[in-house]
Amino acid sequence: MAKERLIVVGNGMAGCRAVQEVLKRDPERYEITIFGAEPRVNYDRIMLSPVLAGEKTFADIVINDEAWYRDNAITLHAGRAVQAIDREARVVRAEGGLEVGYDRLILATGSDPIRLPLPGSDLKGVVTFRDLDDVEAMVAASAQTGARAVVVGGGLLGIEAAYGLVRRGMAATVVHLVDVLMERQLDASAGFLLADALAAKGVATELGAVSEEIVGLNGQVAGLKLKDGRTLPCDLLVMAVGIRPNTSLAKAAGLEVGRGLIVDDQMRTSDPRISAVGECVEHRGQCYGLVAPIWEMCKALAAGLTDTAGDYAGSVLSTRLKVSGVDVFSAGKFAGGDGCEDIVFRDAGRGVYKRVVIEDGKVAGAVLFGDAADGAWYFDLMRQNTPVAEIRETLIFGQSVTEGLRGLDPSAAVAALADSAEVCGCNGVCKGAITGAIVEQGLNTLDSVRAVTKASASCGSCTPLVEKLLILTLGDGFQAQTGPKPVCGCTHHGHTETRRRIVAEGLKSMPAVMQALEWTTPDGCASCRPALNYYLICAWPGDYQDDKQSRFINERVHANIQKDGTYSVVPRMWGGMTSSDELRAIADVVDKFNIPSVKVTGGQRIDLLGVQKDDLPAVWADLNAAGMVSGHAYAKGLRTVKTCVGTDWCRFGTQDSTGLGVRLEKFMWGSWTPAKVKLGVSGCPRNCAEATCKDIGVICVDSGYEIHVGGAAGLHIQGTELLTKVATEEEAIWTICAVTQAYREQGWYLERIYKWMARVGLDSIRAEVEDPAARRALHDRFAYSQRFSRVDPWAERVAGRHTEEFNPLSRRMEFAPA
Amino acid sequence: MNAFVKDPIDWIDVGAITDIPSRGARRVPTPTGDVAIFRTGDGKVFALKDACPHKGGPLSQGIVHGHAVTCPLHAWSIDLATGEPMGADRGKGCAPVVPLEVREGRLFLGRI
Repeated sequence: MAKERLIVVGNGMAGCRAVQEVLKRDPERYEITIFGAEPRVNYDRIMLSPVLAGEKTFADIVINDEAWYRDNAITLHAGRAVQAIDREARVVRAEGGLEVGYDRLILATGSDPIRLPLPGSDLKGVVTFRDLDDVEAMVAASAQTGARAVVVGGGLLGIEAAYGLVRRGMAATVVHLVDVLMERQLDASAGFLLADALAAKGVATELGAVSEEIVGLNGQVAGLKLKDGRTLPCDLLVMAVGIRPNTSLAKAAGLEVGRGLIVDDQMRTSDPRISAVGECVEHRGQCYGLVAPIWEMCKALAAGLTDTAGDYAGSVLSTRLKVSGVDVFSAGKFAGGDGCEDIVFRDAGRGVYKRVVIEDGKVAGAVLFGDAADGAWYFDLMRQNTPVAEIRETLIFGQSVTEGLRGLDPSAAVAALADSAEVCGCNGVCKGAITGAIVEQGLNTLDSVRAVTKASASCGSCTPLVEKLLILTLGDGFQAQTGPKPVCGCTHHGHTETRRRIVAEGLKSMPAVMQALEWTTPDGCASCRPALNYYLICAWPGDYQDDKQSRFINERVHANIQKDGTYSVVPRMWGGMTSSDELRAIADVVDKFNIPSVKVTGGQRIDLLGVQKDDLPAVWADLNAAGMVSGHAYAKGLRTVKTCVGTDWCRFGTQDSTGLGVRLEKFMWGSWTPAKVKLGVSGCPRNCAEATCKDIGVICVDSGYEIHVGGAAGLHIQGTELLTKVATEEEAIWTICAVTQAYREQGWYLERIYKWMARVGLDSIRAEVEDPAARRALHDRFAYSQRFSRVDPWAERVAGRHTEEFNPLSRRMEFAPA
Repeated sequence: MNAFVKDPIDWIDVGAITDIPSRGARRVPTPTGDVAIFRTGDGKVFALKDACPHKGGPLSQGIVHGHAVTCPLHAWSIDLATGEPMGADRGKGCAPVVPLEVREGRLFLGRI
């Protein structure tokens, strides 16, 4: 029997979700065609705000990529708007004269942003906030320095737009007709707190302000004139005053239309062959502009199309604002009313405001500001019509207090949630569905839970909750069972597996690795190639030929690229020691090559900034002549050993910390590691060399040497942990080389020591370096590798190696023809 | 985006294809800024203005993989055939394509 033909008009969130729901129930029944007006695959429109704010990219918010359409045999006509429906012939006509017949038709035409009919609304620079094109226009406008924006409309969308523009570096003002922001979701108190919180984030608000005219200059928007006579100057004006169901196609086809396209509880329009879902519909007199009700509609629609059970009975709504660091939740009758009681809690110190509205002994609504963690619980109580008289006294303090649990343990609160409690508001997924899927389908990663249940797959604000459910359900198994993260998009193998097979299978070249591990790209990418190059160097010292083209530019030219394409040069100063000869040579180089900046670094080195690339070999030649070698300040390798003056000079010094630092650096220089490695040696616990925030640090004490590992003082600040204590300088060096080698062999590329340590555990590292045989073996492997590493790359280049890296291919086009 | 490239007025021999390392690039200074010539793993060559559409980073210094290069400054991936950013940065400008011909192993850049 031939399949029935199902056409979906609208490639947005509703249209595609409806198709997913149909496929879930009966994958074989329909031959499906989707028409979309936007020339793109299906993406998550509610996440445009984080895209605007620069917190996500478009790729992050794609819901169904091209593969989804292909795998489900769906024909997609993207960028082709449907222009008419012939209900007699059961045919739709699209742009370009394309005609396709249907047995069933779904209209998911969404809504259009409302453009206020103000004078000047057609000026350049006046945009709405609806699709990716709008976001791109806004981002482009924000790129000019000093650009200002006015956002008309202080609802959810307007606030998110203004916040995003401020994040992009614009000055933004929200102009709102009413004197409470988001008045459809917030009461006056919460609205006031919100205006305050936004001001702190740089978003200005003009409340109770009536817009009169958009002022232009040379066809471009220049300002918004208000009724009170003021003009707010701006280079971009965003209209975010609401949406209007898009019903023009339905109306022209003669379907029954009110405010939206009218549907029954199975989402059928007045023509039984035609259904509708999403923001274009009107159901029991209600139009919806939020995602949760649309998901519920799609379920009812799919049930109707596949002869399974399920009606749509309208939705109770809840809202969360997607502005980072501003926690806002609202649901139901948040503003109270006749016959309602309010319970209010405020904490001025934390900026928290909570209001729970009770009607007939049940929760009828809630507004939470500053601490919205209990939003899901109140919403659940509301939807379940749970009597709350008995818990009324503690209700406002939230679930954990109310249910007699310590408020400080979030896991307990998650454990206490009922199976029917909704965890993911966007997709309507309850706790039981998630834990059920984890157990029955053996899920153990966030991504797999998302793929199967959709929980946390839309706005993502419930991600921590879903993670807690994973931990709770799997116990300690969660960490261990988490699928290894692939090295990059070229492979599904993780770092550890890749490294293991390089050694186990004797893979000694990059093509060999890519072949054996079935890389999916011809020659890798900028993520995996440097990683593989390092893994091969580490596994086969002296044997593997370094692949220069798989190194980042800094390691290829032995200097650090700066934002203007010039380079910085840092000569090595062993243990931070220098001399008048070296300083004189550096001064001469600075003068000779007109080096604009000279700076002392945190690792006790001198940094020469702004060197032209062509000059690098000559600069190095002069530094080499004075006895200096590359400082490897650019390397994923040993950078610096910072020392204090120790017993040489200091009256508190307990050991020769400078001497130990110099010995360490002379032995370890040139070694490649997964990420940069910095050492510090302090001569006493006063720790002047700041050794306890280095990757490896030594604190000298009277009785010997404490070896510390795992410090960091960059993106993350973290003190070291004590690895072990040894009695002699010799043992200190062996131990440090051993721990470095363990890290070299086990670390993932770009994983700093502190992260490696957190992953494999300090105890396992300690066990290796405290066992004399294991320590010896690690040290010896390090020492062997160093035989091939302690080579000054500068001297090699000065001697003429890889000159092509520094010279132009040709100078024949340097000047314009005469 | 490259429909407006004019026909070159003459072609200049700038070197041999083997002067460029495989999966690498070299640059050619011109009065209007450097041109980057790339040689991919499969032996094809491409020429672009040596400036990333993002912040002007020198593309010739990036890692070449497939028919793409990753900018050394902020890791945008640029399609060598079109000069356009790939993936999430698609549609955000382009590095103009420069006319390039290979004749018997020699590289000829077009002067416009």
